[in-house]
Amino acid sequence: MLIPNLEYHLSHLQLLEAESIHIFREVVAEFRNPVLLYSIGKDSTVLLHIAQKAFYPGKIPFPLLHIDSRWEFREMYEFRDRLRDQLSLDLRVWINPQAIELNINPFDHGSEKHTQITRTEALKQALDHFQFDAAFGGGRRDEEKSRAKERIFSLRNRFHQWDPKNQRPELWNLYNTRINPGESMRVFPLSNWTELDIWLYILRENIPIVPLYFAAERPVVERNGTLIMVNDDRLPLLPNEKPQLRKVRFRTLGCYPLTGAIESNAETIEQIIQEMLLTRTSERQGRVIDHDAQASMEDKKRDGYF
Amino acid sequence: MPLAESARQLAISDIQSYLAEHEQKDLLRFLTCGSVDDGKSTLIGRLFYDCKLIYEDQLTALLRDSQIHGTTGGSFDPALFTDGLKAEREQGITIDVAYRYFSTNRRKFIIADCPGHEQYTRNMATGASHCNLAIILVDARNGITTQTRRHSFIISLLGIRHVVLAVNKMDLVQWSAEIFHNIHREYTDFASRLQFTDLHAIPIAALHGDNVVQRSQNMPWYEGPTLLSHLENVNISADRNLVDLRFPVQYVIRPNLEFRGYAGTIASGILRTGDEVMVVSSARRSRVRRILIGNKEVSHAQAPLAVTICLEDEIDISRGDVLAHPNNLPCYDTDVEAMLIWFDSSPSKTGAVYWAKIGTFTVPVTLTKLRYKTDVNSLRKIENPPNPGLEMNEIGRAHLTFHRPVAFDPYRKNPPLGSFILIDRLTNNTAAAGIILDSATADSRSALSRIHPASRNIQRESSLVLPNVKSSLTGLRPFTLWFTGLSGSGKSTIAKLLERRLAQFGYLSALLDGDNLRHGLCRDLGFTPPERSENLRRAAEVARLFNDNGILVITSFISPYQADRAIAREIIGPDRFLEIYISTPLHICEQRDVKGLYARARAGEIPFFTGISDPYEPPTNPHLTIPAHEWPPEESLRRILLLLRSHGAFLREAPQEPNI
Repeated sequence: MLIPNLEYHLSHLQLLEAESIHIFREVVAEFRNPVLLYSIGKDSTVLLHIAQKAFYPGKIPFPLLHIDSRWEFREMYEFRDRLRDQLSLDLRVWINPQAIELNINPFDHGSEKHTQITRTEALKQALDHFQFDAAFGGGRRDEEKSRAKERIFSLRNRFHQWDPKNQRPELWNLYNTRINPGESMRVFPLSNWTELDIWLYILRENIPIVPLYFAAERPVVERNGTLIMVNDDRLPLLPNEKPQLRKVRFRTLGCYPLTGAIESNAETIEQIIQEMLLTRTSERQGRVIDHDAQASMEDKKRDGYF
Repeated sequence: MPLAESARQLAISDIQSYLAEHEQKDLLRFLTCGSVDDGKSTLIGRLFYDCKLIYEDQLTALLRDSQIHGTTGGSFDPALFTDGLKAEREQGITIDVAYRYFSTNRRKFIIADCPGHEQYTRNMATGASHCNLAIILVDARNGITTQTRRHSFIISLLGIRHVVLAVNKMDLVQWSAEIFHNIHREYTDFASRLQFTDLHAIPIAALHGDNVVQRSQNMPWYEGPTLLSHLENVNISADRNLVDLRFPVQYVIRPNLEFRGYAGTIASGILRTGDEVMVVSSARRSRVRRILIGNKEVSHAQAPLAVTICLEDEIDISRGDVLAHPNNLPCYDTDVEAMLIWFDSSPSKTGAVYWAKIGTFTVPVTLTKLRYKTDVNSLRKIENPPNPGLEMNEIGRAHLTFHRPVAFDPYRKNPPLGSFILIDRLTNNTAAAGIILDSATADSRSALSRIHPASRNIQRESSLVLPNVKSSLTGLRPFTLWFTGLSGSGKSTIAKLLERRLAQFGYLSALLDGDNLRHGLCRDLGFTPPERSENLRRAAEVARLFNDNGILVITSFISPYQADRAIAREIIGPDRFLEIYISTPLHICEQRDVKGLYARARAGEIPFFTGISDPYEPPTNPHLTIPAHEWPPEESLRRILLLLRSHGAFLREAPQEPNI
């Protein structure tokens, strides 16, 4: 089927998609063993969709890696496995063995240590184990202050450390992909996308996402002003706490005890976009980990977190 | 980010309309540069705050930070919105490029917030390489500084054509019009040596918001647009090169024996199915059979879309090859003259070998000779510098020799194929950014020199009068307004009216008319396609001589072929060439038939008559389209004068201000 494209006007979504496709192809052409870090969230699902376009009609020429904290929402595991089967993906799952051994969880060890062991350490282990030299992530510069300065190709030393003062300049679309043995590159094809762009693209391309993004009646408890969903029986309830059914949805997904829900009636993508456009608070507000310390994301990044 | 108030209303009442409108918005990338205390971060913070683009939780955090780190005595400090990293928060300065995103009802914007530090020139070059427009901030108390000159030079080198001179902190100079005008004048003088086509000065006070989003009550003497209004309206549609097709192959997709696709990002131009294309390195030709964007098949695609193409024939193509139209090829050579911006802490070494990455091609390159360093403060050449190498943040011109021939264009003509990076082979550091000026050998093997090689014994003589001095005598920056359209479309009429109007305002221009040239200079030529091409080549050379002598040229030629206009543009220079398409349709031209030519052509008396027995290829991306059959002449003139104004063509006010 030929789609006539008589206008020479390009919309910003077309430009963003083209830039992301270019980045995917550049990495596959120049790295030995790339991987896509798949967190199951909407951004990495968009990332996966663009990767399919970049190599069509071929298959995605790299595996996907899910760093599993063991505390993801149940719905996320279901979505991941369904997608893997539908698209015949080479999906690898990594859980930090130490986390299993010590039964690391957000309640006994605190959100900071929990994230450190189940995400940051686990990611480093997996990258070392599979010898990946480039890892795609769904990070966007509009998410958070320190990410605004992140390069698209972010060099990490052999200890996966990020040095904000020693990043390579990126001019035009010429990316310096040369690395020494042991070093690796984190690559962010969605760097220039905003949250609104992501939603508009999901709408335009009709991309399936985890149902938790849509509002539904869900059992929640309120803690320090944050609504936490009772996703399984591992969530210890406080003496006076009783789960209530409320109509909520999630703006970001991660470990369920650390991810706040928002009350919402948005049941379609259009309604989500409308609600998002009218909101007065930023996306990461629902994430408990970012409140730990000022510039906490920056500290985590220096340490090797995405 | 939250929405500007007007957009909020639409999003509430009609989300479908809002989405449809948002989808159509274009994208302007701009950077802000200035010295450490000129107020860049304050300006961006103010822009976001006044557009109501800061979330409530962010604002709360900012107010808290203002108490701790603010430089405003505890009240809201807009600068803290953009200063991201801890270290710089403590020092109170920006140390890296930060990208910010916002949109208004008119446009989506990406801001590169660039540092003012001398040692971070590389970050500014980085930011500038992605942008269409630059805001140069100066402190009204200090005026133009060394840093201002340095930054202006870098953004000019990186090909940015649109510049806003934002004179900040007007509150600290008692809102003085005189101080603003003096700074504006001093900067215009300085910038005349640079390549900007569009320069605009705005007096602002970013801390208080004057003329950023809201019009200032304190400077009634300033009648121009606010900064935001200018950013929303500046015309960038002509910045992208859609004329010269260049397709660097990035990756070959070969999932099975039936499918062989060449994946890549179109660097410039438009690619259509059925096009004949040539592999520049091997000169092998084929035709485009299919074009895919993702899994969708399209009939054509333009820069900078990422596509996968299939060709009719199995020819040997791999990553790094460049495809182009056979009648419009890039240079293909080993030796180039280039400007280098040095990034690495270890200085450049003449004779050393680096990796060069140009397009998708990585090749060893020798730094053959450093011709000179540029003193970015005075823009003077330092021919025999005390240190023989370029040090970090230094800029110079060099002769480089690639170890294999490379397909390239001069940067001025086509940035994606005129830019490269140098990589240190030992450390893997990005050592430098390179901007190709031209081929270093006499026979550049470009399409143009292949058609009309000049004698190697002839060198160009340069004038003793600087070009900007000449154009200051005419009052106009020397552009060539290239009118194209069918016979009888109204080209000559509008061209003559324009020349007269400019003369009435006190500006000198020159008119080149097709018929007039054919009476003299070109009287040996007929109307076959090759003769038409030669006619236009001569016309373009004449226009160029006029432009080189500081005179604006108005040309009126049918110029029916895209390829000929591309060559004219190359001769005259892409920055000076403004294409104006007179779009009166054929049936109306034929109805009018002022000279009775259409009737004769229909009767078969005139061969190769454009529109009847010879094709007319309309421009794909003209600077201006004039439907002369619909617009009164006055409207056509007004639009042309606006185009000239938006390109900064008027160097002095007219005795009679053009009423536009």
